[in-house]
Amino acid sequence: MSALSVEGLKAGYDPDLAIVKSVSFSVDYGEAVCILGPNGAGKSTMIKAIAGLVPILAGSVHLGKKTVAGLPPHALVRQGLGFVPQTDNIFTRLTILENLQIAAQLLPASDRQSRIDAMLDMFPDLGGRPGELAGALSGGQRQMLAAARALLTEPEVLVLDEPSAGLSPKLVGQVFETLRQISDAGVTLVLVEQNVRAALALTGRALVLVDGQLAHDGSTDDLHDNKLLGELFLGHRAKGAPV
Amino acid sequence: MNPQAFIDGLIAGSTIGLGAIGLTLAYSILRFANFTHGDFLAWGAYLTLTVSGLLGGLAAGLGAPVHPFSFGWGLPLALLGGAALTILLALGLDRILFGRLRARGADVIIIVMASFGASMALRSLLEFIFTAKPVYFTNALQIAKPLGLGMRATPDQLLVIGMTAVLVLGLHLLVTRTATGRAMRAVSENPALAGVYGIDVAQIVRITWVIGAGLACIAGVMAGLLVQIRPYMGFDLLLPLFAAAILGGIGSIPGAMLGGLIIGLAEAFTVQIIGAEWRAAVSFIILVLVLMLRPQGLFGRKEA
Amino acid sequence: MELIAYAAFFLTVAMTYAIICLGLNVQWGQTGLFNVGVAGFVGMGAYVSGALTTPETIDRIGGFDLPIVVGWAVAMAAGAVLSLAVGLLTLRMRADYLAITTFGIAVALQLVFQNAESLTGGAFGMAFIPRPFASMQGEAIVFNLANLGVTCAVVLVLYLLLEHLARSPWGRALRAVREDEVAAQALGKNPVFLRLQAFALGGAIMALAGAVQAHFIGFIAPNNYLPMMTFQVWAMLIVGGSGNNRGAILGAVLVWAIWALSAALISELFPAGQQARAASLQIVIIGVMLCIILLWRPQGILPEIRTVSRHLGRRNKDQ
Repeated sequence: MSALSVEGLKAGYDPDLAIVKSVSFSVDYGEAVCILGPNGAGKSTMIKAIAGLVPILAGSVHLGKKTVAGLPPHALVRQGLGFVPQTDNIFTRLTILENLQIAAQLLPASDRQSRIDAMLDMFPDLGGRPGELAGALSGGQRQMLAAARALLTEPEVLVLDEPSAGLSPKLVGQVFETLRQISDAGVTLVLVEQNVRAALALTGRALVLVDGQLAHDGSTDDLHDNKLLGELFLGHRAKGAPV
Repeated sequence: MNPQAFIDGLIAGSTIGLGAIGLTLAYSILRFANFTHGDFLAWGAYLTLTVSGLLGGLAAGLGAPVHPFSFGWGLPLALLGGAALTILLALGLDRILFGRLRARGADVIIIVMASFGASMALRSLLEFIFTAKPVYFTNALQIAKPLGLGMRATPDQLLVIGMTAVLVLGLHLLVTRTATGRAMRAVSENPALAGVYGIDVAQIVRITWVIGAGLACIAGVMAGLLVQIRPYMGFDLLLPLFAAAILGGIGSIPGAMLGGLIIGLAEAFTVQIIGAEWRAAVSFIILVLVLMLRPQGLFGRKEA
Repeated sequence: MELIAYAAFFLTVAMTYAIICLGLNVQWGQTGLFNVGVAGFVGMGAYVSGALTTPETIDRIGGFDLPIVVGWAVAMAAGAVLSLAVGLLTLRMRADYLAITTFGIAVALQLVFQNAESLTGGAFGMAFIPRPFASMQGEAIVFNLANLGVTCAVVLVLYLLLEHLARSPWGRALRAVREDEVAAQALGKNPVFLRLQAFALGGAIMALAGAVQAHFIGFIAPNNYLPMMTFQVWAMLIVGGSGNNRGAILGAVLVWAIWALSAALISELFPAGQQARAASLQIVIIGVMLCIILLWRPQGILPEIRTVSRHLGRRNKDQ
């Protein structure tokens, strides 16, 4: 049984135009996987389909033993999926504490405060001023809050859409350090990323999506060979290979 | 200037404010200007009247006025029934009309258009069922008691003002201190993200209709108690309701109440100084001024 | 014979509504603006034209005795000016603010029609508005047919003009703004300016309809311009096919026919004492019809060839 398995997934906003054409893969418990690919390949769309935000046109999605394709986003959270969108991933008009309280609401009442405290400890930048509006946070701090919120309910699978997008190199480092800690703690991690180097350093397995289909699914070691990446991303062809 | 206008304004403002709160909640969470909201007020009043009549048929004692008010225990009981029915009406309308349009991804303006059509149908249905003749909750007359400073108010009127204050306070606490309130504010900021956070957005939508329709019913009963009940009562309040909601800032409960009070007072003083025929122009002028000078309203956000 | 006179009368009224629908189509179908105050613009045109053309009256402005055509022209100008004012106020805002504001405009204008006696005659309205072909009033058939002719001519001229405009560069720019505002801006089009022009044109046409109606009937009163009229016109446009000039005309005739038929049915089925009450059923029918059309066939009977259905939902493309 895998933590997350996807079979023949076809997804898109318009029934006549599938952005994700047919994708199958599975992720084991505790694995850290990154999803790479050129712009427009459908990485974000695929992730959002798994998270219940984009219509699934065909295929299935399983979390552990449970069939989850077609469930609305809030049901998926209860099934153990944590999703951190790329942008607009916190409520700027609510306070930091309130953002966390919403997530905590899903837990039994006795656990709520301790989990909130745990997240505030894990992310000291947030712990200092929980009553402040989330909108006052900087870019990097917002990502922290978004991750904290998703982690609060101890999801089995944590899916993140480009967590380092728009951040300075130093912040990217901090984000990935945090992700490493999360992965080391045993959380199954699925990461869509444009920052290939950081993603390959963090994860053990890479899926490369091109034009809505998987062009590669293997260990990240394979991808350290830049030639392969060049082919997949930039369409380079080896000399003499068919077009 | 006669200070009585101040009391008259507070009273009218309470009704407008309560109605505007429901409207502003729907607007911020459902994201459309709901033209049927006025008709929830009217239907609330008529449904309560009907339940009251039924109760009176069952137990005659319920109609007897309870001192110092003009109505008996039957009315608050009937109000519960009327509110429940009005809520069912709103939920039903969402199920068969607005919800379907939302599910289809229809543009907001189409939903507004549908609400306009539904509002005319609802209003005319009232007229068909009950005729256009005004009706009343009670025939008991009330003596206005002096309050000092040349103002007078009947016990009914004071009750209305008091109840409104309690309701607004309660709602404010609900929205700012409870999990449901947090969820409502979250959905109003970003419904898709709310789902990702684990909030059942469809449930919040239902709760919004419940609160909105419930408040509308209470506002309608208040207006019906203090003035009269007629099919167009809700529609005639629609422009003041919109003006109050926009003046207060869409999504703000204190704003909607304050907006309602301002409009109520402005109307009362206008009636006194210029004349009753021009009352409806007050809301319009205030609306235009808000849109020209500060479109986000008193407590709203700049992006309006 | 009587039937012909009646049919001509019926069609003439339907055609005046068609004019309103054509104006509304410019605002909604071409530009995507939801005007909930149509009745106000129509009434404005009626009163302006009436004020300029009626003979001298005590207690009210009048006595200019201008020709009917002048009345109509000034009415159109007034409609355009009012639209520009409303547009300048709200066009930069979200669409439903325009709806609420135009709703307010109609309410405010209604108050003016009702209360500003020195301008509008107040509750008594304006009488003795000159009618074209007044000399033929004695013979019903000829009179009605002549009026029908004039009204149809106006509709035809407007239809041809609007179709031409739709295919012109201006029309294309307007469509571009409606479909993708950002792209249109990148191409140098000014969306707010274009929308203002379209809104003003639509308003002018609605005012013209009011003037035509006023001169056809000869008498107007504040009660002619209630939200009921706005509602009827919207139902006509949506049912007939929004975004579509032929749909506007078809919708006007069809919904007016349903209105007249239901009125006849009601007067047959309900006893005299219940007539007023039963009349509200007509509105219920039209209201329900509007909602049903929006749910099941939002593009109307005659769908637009190019998409207006972008508004109507991703999953609801024209077939």
